[in-house]
Amino acid sequence: MNLAEGVQSVTLIILSAMMIAAALGVVLLSNIVYSAFLLGGVFICISGIYILLNADFVAAAQILIYVGAINVLILFAIMLVNKQEDFQAIPRRWIRKGSAALVCVGLFALLGTMVLVTPWQLDATSPAVIENTMIALGKHFFSDFLLPFELASVLLLIAMIGAIVLARRDFIPDLSSRSELTTTALTLPERPRELTKSGK
Amino acid sequence: MMHLEFFLLLSAALFCIGIYGLVTSRNAVRVLMSIELLLNAVNLNLMGFSNYLDPTGIKGQVFTVFVITVAAAEAAVGLAIILAIYRNRQTIDMEQFNLLKW
Repeated sequence: MNLAEGVQSVTLIILSAMMIAAALGVVLLSNIVYSAFLLGGVFICISGIYILLNADFVAAAQILIYVGAINVLILFAIMLVNKQEDFQAIPRRWIRKGSAALVCVGLFALLGTMVLVTPWQLDATSPAVIENTMIALGKHFFSDFLLPFELASVLLLIAMIGAIVLARRDFIPDLSSRSELTTTALTLPERPRELTKSGK
Repeated sequence: MMHLEFFLLLSAALFCIGIYGLVTSRNAVRVLMSIELLLNAVNLNLMGFSNYLDPTGIKGQVFTVFVITVAAAEAAVGLAIILAIYRNRQTIDMEQFNLLKW
């Protein structure tokens, strides 16, 4: 084992240990804000593992999208529903937790056995045959994955409009008094915002 | 040390932690975080296969980019749904969301 492989192995072990510990913290800690920040730690560790797997573009996208967008979105949601509520205790809740933990450990044992038993047909080609993964990904996106690529943009548009429609809150209490508004099948049940007086 | 099996075991562990959090947590936002953990475990699996079984035509990385896109859309819609439920029920306890119970 030369120096480069040693550095890779040590980095991988450190990243894996940090990732598993942070994921356990996300699930087990009682404070939701700590969980959100540890989730960011999980995403950064996974990005480091992607770099070890020769995928630089996806590592950058992981940090940009997960840490920059999704984690911030989760923090905003925690702020918006910020309510220190003590959940009322459910009798025999430890049975649920224990059985869930048992099922998860069993699932891990099953998956681990499957992974270790299966003879993987490894490709001996070095990953260095691809000089620039960004160019290779772009060729895939615009040749054989063109339809999913275009569908993804439509999906993002649908998700954006759906999130706005779901999250806006001003409903009309006095729909009947505003009879001058013509209601069609496309009329939303929300009221248009009052125009602010400008100047004067 | 850098074997395919190690990455697969790592993603299996992350997946199991995510399942445990998904089933047992009572805070609705934490359930969404667990779903993100599950999606990341799947992504790690795809990247491992892409690097070790298909290093010339990195299709696993393409799939990972698509999964990241769908995860972003899912997070936005999921958090909007949680906000709507919170305004409706004044709580984010998963045990109180029994609108479909009969």
